[in-house]
Amino acid sequence: MNIGLMQGLLTLLLMVLFIGIVVWAYSGRQKKRFDEASMLPFAEDEGTQGKRRTGEKNHD
Amino acid sequence: MEQSQTYNYKVVRQFAIMTIVWGIVGMAVGVWIAAQLVWPQLNLEIEYLTFGRLRPLHTNAVIFAFGGSALFATSYYIVQRTCQTRLFSDGLAAFTFWGWQAIIVLAAITLPLGKTMGKEYAELEWPIAILVAVVWVAYAIVFFGTIMKRRVQHIYVANWFFGAYILTIAVLHIVNNMSMPVTMFKSYSMYPGAMDAMVQWWYGHNAVGFFLTAAFLGMMYYFVPKQAGRPIYSYRLSVVHFWALISLYMWAGPHHLHYTALPDWVQSLGMVFSLMLLAPSWGGMINGIMTLSGAWHKLRTDPILRFLIVSLSFYGMSTFEGPMMSIKTVNALSHYTDWTIGHVHGGALGWVAMISIGALYALIPVLFGRERMYSVKLIEWHFWLSTIGVVLYIVSMWIAGVMQGLMWRAVNDDGTLTYSFVETLVPMYPYYTVRFLGGLLFLLGMFIMAWNVWKTVAGAKPAVHAVPQAAH
Repeated sequence: MNIGLMQGLLTLLLMVLFIGIVVWAYSGRQKKRFDEASMLPFAEDEGTQGKRRTGEKNHD
Repeated sequence: MEQSQTYNYKVVRQFAIMTIVWGIVGMAVGVWIAAQLVWPQLNLEIEYLTFGRLRPLHTNAVIFAFGGSALFATSYYIVQRTCQTRLFSDGLAAFTFWGWQAIIVLAAITLPLGKTMGKEYAELEWPIAILVAVVWVAYAIVFFGTIMKRRVQHIYVANWFFGAYILTIAVLHIVNNMSMPVTMFKSYSMYPGAMDAMVQWWYGHNAVGFFLTAAFLGMMYYFVPKQAGRPIYSYRLSVVHFWALISLYMWAGPHHLHYTALPDWVQSLGMVFSLMLLAPSWGGMINGIMTLSGAWHKLRTDPILRFLIVSLSFYGMSTFEGPMMSIKTVNALSHYTDWTIGHVHGGALGWVAMISIGALYALIPVLFGRERMYSVKLIEWHFWLSTIGVVLYIVSMWIAGVMQGLMWRAVNDDGTLTYSFVETLVPMYPYYTVRFLGGLLFLLGMFIMAWNVWKTVAGAKPAVHAVPQAAH
């Protein structure tokens, strides 16, 4: 495998990776997570706490 | 109240106040050396006060002392508030504060004495450079330790930007400072010739990309939504923005070395990556500005928000100008001229300083338990002084730079240069004077801020905010 081919494949790999990130970020499945995360700067003002981490004890 | 149940605001307050102090010091040195370019006798014929000695002092003071303190303050505040937990270690956080201040003082002593590595933005000699690395590792432990003990599920996007900045600056600083000490205050770079230049500008441009851009974007992603009272325009765009920005910046450094001994293909690579950077940069700017969509009226009444949004406009302008200047043929005109100085200050004053100022005006009342700043009117004044100051600065440098570039490259029919260097210097007087005035206005704004902050915090009791506990 010569260096030109390697560079070409690397470029392709990075392109696929980037498109992958875009598809992932814009897929409907992330929407709920992102909506929650985007509210974090306001979590405390409204008396809510933001979604707790799994494993966080809720002393009910 | 138990320590673990409150946020650590002490270190945030310390850094916030020092941001203003170092801002005034760093910008005052800048104004002074700008005046020296108009009235050279202002160096008072003292070697320690010459332009060559004070210029690195100015850049180090505004980037690392002013900008650095602003980033320490806001990153420590944001990481605690968005992770809903106290800083990982109070002791280490205090160490980063005192360590960083010690570094600044050492820089302020050694640079006028002429002790320098000779690398731009990495001038500090090896003992201080080692101290920087130690403090930075402590910073990383405090920051990532806090992320690890976070009590919410998500890591807010601002923390991703801060995390990338802390990690990358550690790598850049350590690699670029690899050198062989000869005496206590003299060392020589480990890298030879063109390779040294490449490492230096890989460092230099990523200092711009990660210190002056990614980190301040972290600030933006918290304070713009907070001040606008609505979440960021598009969180998914912020995710794409993050990954695109950090992966492209890494490769843009060679544009500082066009038409040098650097291999041609590396120059072209640097140029192409710089051009591509336009996309994530503008993605981020649009994301910030569009957060105000539907609430534009807030700009009329809230000068803090105006600082934040106008800083984003300057960010957009600089990140358009930067890629253009990285094109080799444009660079042939712009490089080594004052156009570069204008470009840098559009970013440094318009983006970095103005977003920091806006963030501090939002942050200081919170930290000191006040409803708001002492005077909103004075924030208005500060806003206009800063904006007019930056515009005067960059416009005068654009004109000066293009004139220089054209005169330097002009040749007569017989191939000799049309202008001697002095002939290109004389027409600069009016533009250097306007630049000095622009800088002076910006500095004046900082004094107004200092007064406003003083009146806000004097007599105030430090705020203590409880970490929200799990519901009982």
